[in-house]
Amino acid sequence: MLDVRGLKKVYEGSGRRVEAVRDLTFTVDAGELVCLVGPSGCGKTTLLKCVGGLLTPSGGEVLLDGRKVSGPPPGMAFVFQEYGRSLFPWMRVGENVELPLKQKDLSKARRRELVRDALESVGLADAVGAYPWQLSGGMQQRVAIARALAYEPRVLLMDEPFAAVDAQTRADLEDLVRGLWRERGITILFVTHDIDEAVYLGERVIVLSASPTVVREQLKVDLPVERDQLHTRVDPRFAELRTHVYEQIQAAKKGAAAS
Amino acid sequence: MRRALLRLVFTVALPALLVTVWWVASAGSTDVYWPPLRTILEAFPDVWTAERLRGDVLPSVLRLAGGYALAAVVGVALGTVIGSYRRVRAVCEPVLEFLRAVPPPVLVPVIMLFAGIGDTMKVTVIAVGCVWPVLLNTVEGVRAVDPVMAETARSYGITGVARLRNLVLRSASPQIFAGLRQALSIGIILMVISEMFAASNGLGFTIVQFQRGFAIPDMWTGILVLGLLGFLLSVVFQWVERRVLGWYHGLRASARRSP
Repeated sequence: MLDVRGLKKVYEGSGRRVEAVRDLTFTVDAGELVCLVGPSGCGKTTLLKCVGGLLTPSGGEVLLDGRKVSGPPPGMAFVFQEYGRSLFPWMRVGENVELPLKQKDLSKARRRELVRDALESVGLADAVGAYPWQLSGGMQQRVAIARALAYEPRVLLMDEPFAAVDAQTRADLEDLVRGLWRERGITILFVTHDIDEAVYLGERVIVLSASPTVVREQLKVDLPVERDQLHTRVDPRFAELRTHVYEQIQAAKKGAAAS
Repeated sequence: MRRALLRLVFTVALPALLVTVWWVASAGSTDVYWPPLRTILEAFPDVWTAERLRGDVLPSVLRLAGGYALAAVVGVALGTVIGSYRRVRAVCEPVLEFLRAVPPPVLVPVIMLFAGIGDTMKVTVIAVGCVWPVLLNTVEGVRAVDPVMAETARSYGITGVARLRNLVLRSASPQIFAGLRQALSIGIILMVISEMFAASNGLGFTIVQFQRGFAIPDMWTGILVLGLLGFLLSVVFQWVERRVLGWYHGLRASARRSP
């Protein structure tokens, strides 16, 4: 469904040439939840922005349902890390969620329905009339997720969405994402630098090398589909997987330091 | 209730004090140019009859409204274009800085040459003077659109007019209003000055007429009317601003509470 082939991104400017992403190839099947994890500063955001059509790759291509992505495709929705700067503070929660829908050819009734449904899914049905800045950080990110859900994307791209919220909120939001994925069957590509989060959330984890980035390893997470914070995290298999990913990432960092 | 009362007392206290000081200080004055406040206030109702309000105040206000509205529309439109494109900005900025530095009253004789001495001249003078703060503030506001918000809009296919209306202008609105506020005081000044040069009615004209006819208390009443007019316009402006920028004040207040 989502095909990334030989993706390469080089930033050029002021005499400096930075190769952020060297050569990335991976696929995401329909209905999969894939986590991309890599050492800090390994070009994860660059990669995701290329996938989402927000950046033009220097080489290679991204295909969504066999069609080349050259600009944000209507079938994708993006959830940014900086929730506070991604929601429009001059619009109420409901308007924020509804705004992208206005670009689609939908009736007003249908838009309302989608907005209500999406906000209910993230547990914020009561917040329609509030301004984003009246909500806590975790709630704001929920609104951003609701906005993405209402858009009815085929693929949901999430760029370290929980990096800026506190640990407890983070656990709730992780469960929310897993729940939504199971309920709605959407395809999710989730970028994080948190190894535990990657293993806990993903059905598959793609471990990236340090920048210039390549795929270091792809790992199937054979934990049960039913996961919860209490039991999954003490599951011996969880510990094994996270240790494995951890070692891979440490090795990736060393590899970068050595070269 | 008590709070509201207290606020009223605070608002009225200083003006009341100043009027009292003026009243007492000028009470026994025999200076022709500095008549007692009592004399001025007694002259007020005789001078500012309904007919005079219609014949002099109304034309002035209409000219101000026309010039100000023109400046607002042109300033925001041009400012949005200049602020949106880096190249346009590079070309225009030096010229703008120069034109802004020219004191607007000096334009009156120049514009008189082109536009004659009628209402067109006065509206043009007001517009030409008012346009700069609006224009320059709009440029700054449009430039400063948050990159994350811009990317959010792009990823959801919010482009063109929808982007302008929902993102760019809303995000720049605090700056635009700062410009409009500056422009308002410049507008009042230019309204009076343009009428002092060449006119057959209007507030500026009337005040100069009184002065030339040695009707000094009447002249003072004209100045009071001008002050009151300015005050009234500023109250109206604040009311509008509070409605349009309610979100902004709320956002700032919430940012102050939790840095």
